[in-house]
Amino acid sequence: MTRALALHLGVIAALFAAQYLLPSYHQTNIARIMVLAVFAMGYNIAFGYTGLLSLGHALFFAAGLYATGLGIELAGLSAAPALLLGLIAGGAIAAATGVLALRTSGVSFMIVTLMFAQTGYLTILYFGTYTRGDEGIVINRAARAIGSLDLSADTPRYFAALTLFAIALLINLMLTRSRLGRSMIAMRENEQRSRMLGYNPFRVKLIALVISGLYAGAAGAAYGVLFGYVGASFATIQYSILPLLYVLLGGAGTTLGPFLGALIMFYLIDISSGYTTAHLFVVGAALLVLVLFAPKGILGTLRERAVKWLP
Amino acid sequence: MLELKAINAGYGNVQVLRNLSLTAKPGQVTCVMGRNGAGKTTMLRTIMGQVQAQAGSITLNNTPLHGLPAHEVPRHGIGYVPQGRRLFGELTVAQNIEIGLMTRHKTAKTRDYVLSLFPRLRERLAQRSSTLSGGEQQMLAIARALCLEPAVLLLDEPTEGLQPSMITLIRETLLTLKATGVATILVEQRVDAVLSMANQIAFVSNGTVAETLENTNLTPATPQFQTYVGI
Repeated sequence: MTRALALHLGVIAALFAAQYLLPSYHQTNIARIMVLAVFAMGYNIAFGYTGLLSLGHALFFAAGLYATGLGIELAGLSAAPALLLGLIAGGAIAAATGVLALRTSGVSFMIVTLMFAQTGYLTILYFGTYTRGDEGIVINRAARAIGSLDLSADTPRYFAALTLFAIALLINLMLTRSRLGRSMIAMRENEQRSRMLGYNPFRVKLIALVISGLYAGAAGAAYGVLFGYVGASFATIQYSILPLLYVLLGGAGTTLGPFLGALIMFYLIDISSGYTTAHLFVVGAALLVLVLFAPKGILGTLRERAVKWLP
Repeated sequence: MLELKAINAGYGNVQVLRNLSLTAKPGQVTCVMGRNGAGKTTMLRTIMGQVQAQAGSITLNNTPLHGLPAHEVPRHGIGYVPQGRRLFGELTVAQNIEIGLMTRHKTAKTRDYVLSLFPRLRERLAQRSSTLSGGEQQMLAIARALCLEPAVLLLDEPTEGLQPSMITLIRETLLTLKATGVATILVEQRVDAVLSMANQIAFVSNGTVAETLENTNLTPATPQFQTYVGI
């Protein structure tokens, strides 16, 4: 545990130091990556630890994003309570989705969660009067502040993203070492065997999905406040698949995998799109190489082959 | 004491258990024998709630177990070692044991006791369970069930496919448990193993207990072994 904790604190410290070293462009990128990594950590709790392959996580992200955005724009909330509202919305929508979707499993669960997410997306478009549909909502700078801290400025934004990331990462680490984390892993490994040992699969999976939704909701809420835009594109299937790719790339069931996956994928797209419009082809090729040579993701493979203690 | 009274159970329209009754008393081993398809495994799965009884009752010290969801049965103190072990293959020995301990909130004391029964597992705590030998996997499956500190232990052919030294070890362990007051229902096809452990032998045929014998003066030549098991 000491080694694992030291590693995680080291990553947080490195990211803290990076804000003083990186130029503005990359500082913004890393802030965005840290927020997306929180989303991916949430996805990892459902998929990597509990074995729930969801295609509906965009709904939880969008729930946080829109609850925060609409809270500021329509209800006149300030940033702090709006962020809290976004967190709660992510968890609540995940709970409601879970109660229904967890009656299914495997491919059916994937399809049902996808349908829920599509419903969410269409609902955003349907209520365009409030959500401004495809166009989305731009949150004005004045509303993107907590006290005197202007979260639209580079440095406070980076620090806020890092704070969220650090809290999410350390909670994730604690979760993996907890009884709940162990029972989630048991569920992933074999639901029937877990039941035989006295675990209630529905309860464990629902709790995992709600925690996952809280992470996604927190990420969505933070994204809205830190980057000032709330749009329907964040509720599309692309935002359900992205965290899956981050997790697969970094290593499902590893605590740092989602961050590493988000970091690599983000820059892979960023750099390749500078050279070609077919940048998704590059991403596809990278994933193909990954599946062939490191099917457990980068950190998953590293843990399997060398660093056994990696959480 | 675990009591099954007049149990009917099956899969869909196929009835497997018919009016089956059986009792497992503390500190005794009740061996269940019968031909393939007689209903032995279905009986264990019915006790565990994995197959719902259509009629009859299952009680543990007068507490009804029938009708409970499958995940609640182990919490009443019933440990199950299914045929084929059913471990969490990707997890280590230590993690498999930990998952067993968590169900009834057992502590390191239980863990130490269980590992004292299987010292070989202590040497392999960090090893992935799928890489253990068959005998070691069986030890782990039993150890994981014992992490519940069960009042009743159900074992489905635990010696199947194991080398003689492992069979001896498992037999000695079950005798130790018997001495501690655990009620054991052991489904077993090996007559020598049954005769060395059983207090009673229940012969299952066509989904019901056709005959029960006390294990006194029984030998492999006892005709019921030929009649009900074909040995």
